[in-house]
Amino acid sequence: MPFIPHTQEEINEMLSVIGAKSLSDLYDSVPDALRMKRELDLPEPISEQDLLAELKSIGKKNLATDKALSFLGAGIYPHFTPSAVNDLAFRGEFLTPYTPYQPEISQGTLQVTFEFQSLMSRIFEMDISNASTYDLSTSVAEAALMALRIHKKKKKIIVCEGMHPEYREVLKTVLTPTNIEIVTLPHLNGKLNVKALKENLCDQTAACIVQYPNFFGIAENLEEASKLTHDADALFITATAEPFALGLLRTPGSFEADIAVGEGNSFGLPTRFGGPALGVFTASEKYLRQMPGRIVGETLDAQGRKGYVLTLSTREQHIRREKATSNICSNHQHCATIATIYLSLIGKHGFSSLARINAAKAQYAAQKLSSISGVKLQFEGNFFNEFVLELPKRAQDVLDALVKENIHAGVSLERWFPQCKNSLLLAFTEVHRKEDIDALATALTNAL
Amino acid sequence: MSNPTLSSWNKAVTSSSTSEEKKTCTSTAHVGRTMAFDEPTVFEQSVEGRKGYQTPKLDVPAFADKMLSADLLRKKAAKLPELTETDITRHFTRLSSQNYAKDLGFYPLGSCTMKHNPKTANVAASLPAFELTHPLQDIATAQGNLQICWEMQNYLAEISGMDAISLWPCAGSHGEFVSLLVIRAYHAAQGNPRKKVLIPDSAHGTNPASAAVCGYDVVTLKSGPDGELHPETVKAAMDEEVAAIMITNPNTLGVFEENFKEISDIVHAKGGFVYCDGANLNALMGAVQLGKIGADCMHFNLHKTFAVPHGGGGPGAGPIGVVKKLEPFLPKPIIQKNGDTFSVDHNRPHSIGMIKSFWGNFACTLRAYAYIRQLGKEGIKKTSQMAVLNAKYIRKRLEKAYHMPFRKPVLHECVLSDKIQNEYGVKTMDIAKRLMDYGFHPPTVYFPLIVPGALMIEPTETENKQQIDAFCDAMLAIADECRETPEVVKTAPNVSFRARLDEVRAAREVKVTAAL
Repeated sequence: MPFIPHTQEEINEMLSVIGAKSLSDLYDSVPDALRMKRELDLPEPISEQDLLAELKSIGKKNLATDKALSFLGAGIYPHFTPSAVNDLAFRGEFLTPYTPYQPEISQGTLQVTFEFQSLMSRIFEMDISNASTYDLSTSVAEAALMALRIHKKKKKIIVCEGMHPEYREVLKTVLTPTNIEIVTLPHLNGKLNVKALKENLCDQTAACIVQYPNFFGIAENLEEASKLTHDADALFITATAEPFALGLLRTPGSFEADIAVGEGNSFGLPTRFGGPALGVFTASEKYLRQMPGRIVGETLDAQGRKGYVLTLSTREQHIRREKATSNICSNHQHCATIATIYLSLIGKHGFSSLARINAAKAQYAAQKLSSISGVKLQFEGNFFNEFVLELPKRAQDVLDALVKENIHAGVSLERWFPQCKNSLLLAFTEVHRKEDIDALATALTNAL
Repeated sequence: MSNPTLSSWNKAVTSSSTSEEKKTCTSTAHVGRTMAFDEPTVFEQSVEGRKGYQTPKLDVPAFADKMLSADLLRKKAAKLPELTETDITRHFTRLSSQNYAKDLGFYPLGSCTMKHNPKTANVAASLPAFELTHPLQDIATAQGNLQICWEMQNYLAEISGMDAISLWPCAGSHGEFVSLLVIRAYHAAQGNPRKKVLIPDSAHGTNPASAAVCGYDVVTLKSGPDGELHPETVKAAMDEEVAAIMITNPNTLGVFEENFKEISDIVHAKGGFVYCDGANLNALMGAVQLGKIGADCMHFNLHKTFAVPHGGGGPGAGPIGVVKKLEPFLPKPIIQKNGDTFSVDHNRPHSIGMIKSFWGNFACTLRAYAYIRQLGKEGIKKTSQMAVLNAKYIRKRLEKAYHMPFRKPVLHECVLSDKIQNEYGVKTMDIAKRLMDYGFHPPTVYFPLIVPGALMIEPTETENKQQIDAFCDAMLAIADECRETPEVVKTAPNVSFRARLDEVRAAREVKVTAAL
């Protein structure tokens, strides 16, 4: 057994110390009727070498970006990860500790988390950040719950249709047990309908949640939406799926967001079927004590030396139990560690340069693809690295044709917006070379 | 810029060793490294103009500000660090050296199942064919991923005796919450979502927190004098407004709840469900199938039982298993197998809906899959047996030196208390910190709440007898120290990178981000 060290001799010796005769005695305290009477029906053990060979063979049933071009985004974006990132992050000292409940011997994880919180607050221009949540969909739900804690008597959350349909669905699921009304504002040509927002805000509104840039890739000035929301004494919450946008575009903080959540997967993490990703959760300092999840704070040790600890734990489930601000316990710490190393390495210059490269690729692609006969950008407006094309035929049919040429051309909006049969959502990042975009244009032309 | 400075970790090692330690501790205590560094933050080390990363050559026209509305552009660049790869490498390597980790040694955190994390799983999870898949790609091109998920569902169903599995929850507490949503949806479909959830006082804090997020009132059940839950307690609290009971079995004392079946019958008789917290599943694989003895629903911690690394606090994964009756309510989507092809069903009218975008924490599923495959049927069963053997052995070796609050035989973990040591003014936290001086991570402390001054020890099966003995020797040596030189224990740790940290100060003078 590769991970079980006991020799038969040791087993016998240990059994005799505890006064047991055989291994079956180990379960003496389990009533016989409750014990399993047969062997587990699981596969036979397999060697590492055979397992990896088998996995490679199963992997052949996937078409991943090692063998295909992909312009899929919609919440998870492919980016290049410099070699140093995983080399450092996958050190056993980062990968194999538990939650840093014993700070004296966990300063590495704790300082990394402090740096992560600092990086997130700088990128989002928000006062504070927690140590991470699972992903953006669950962060949106946590943000709504936090708003409902802050405005205990209010019963309404406004979301905009420009928010990822899956995030909206997760929010709906999480709020099922409550009597909170979720008002979904239809988008107006891919943008936030400010007039509808104004009409729907009322003294019952706890928060308005807006994706920025939105699901269709459009970035819009949220000043007015923020002001209207604040005038109604509700919280203004932004959700950012592609945080690289903030290397170029105005931040949630600049729009005076009260809570700004994000998907940190773009910061050095692979797309890996969408998980584990990295939930970013930042807020205004005045709401510190309503934050969900772990937070690391600076302090001193008994000898007056600087150190870090998990702080404000009285918000959390292991202390407060049913009165906790959230039930979250394990977060996505190791993903946060990867993001911290990644952002430290690309640094101030890399973050804004890569943002500009992403925007440049998307601008080129938009120009190139919309020059194909019958193809146009579906929505007017500013986009960062993602946009919707309107095709002259059903987008799903085009996708089916292109995948045969090893191109994942994007996401058809039909699944969520049945009227948008011809709409194709595509994303472009620094991983796409000009020739990749040109190849897409050629294949798309042929498929139409 | 500030330079890292060498701390006196090494010096501390030599000055702190006591004669007691030499006398009784047979461990090859590995306290610290050759050097340790006081490491400034990455921001403090930053030097303007320094670069650690070269952007790729631009092969399309450069972005020009005029391409976007001027009122949308960020005014001031984010103040991220400016450092070279050398700086970054040293910074994070040095920080890593301040961590204790499973890869460094014994880590007996109770209820956390800190077992060895096989390296194969790291490789498996990083195979490009899996790692480079996108969650929204055509599922006809993600058949490999779906196959892994499908097989993993079958393995978890077999291990637990449950009828259906959902892999999507991201963590244990997420699995608890999702399970309660499923149970709530069932009750709602019968016309009444019900109001209450019963939870023993020995439960993990996430249980009541999850119940509260799910809108239920928590009714706390008192454990009996033996630490177990008694049928009459459940009977007295059970009525038709109780949606479910949340039970951990074996419970947080490591003891199998022997009245589990009877309790399940009481709950079922009033139409309630029995939810099992799977945190302690490492005790039961191949020995008990919870789904066959009364549990209707449970979560699994892939990052505990199935060796997915904890990463300093996640990511893990918290799949759930349910009996047939609850299956229609599982979160979307559902994977289906038709011949050799996998498809995905989003059309589930009774489903609670999506609980996370995409496909759960797929990379964790893949790691756990690799783990189960390597161990196979015999290995999985033996895993639980050896986990139980190690815990029973530790309990036996420590039972004279430490107070054992309950006499019942334990399974995979044991709970002691500081009652004897209190006589000398020593508390559980002191014992925990002193263990660091011996080179061990402390056990879980002050939990379960029903044992004052609890020390909860879960060795797991991947520790060999020598390690287990070394830990016991250290615990016995500390028990002697408590009697003879209690100050040594009360001022511990002495050899860790930092002495005890002031948590009160951290909460009072809040500083949670680096100064700009």
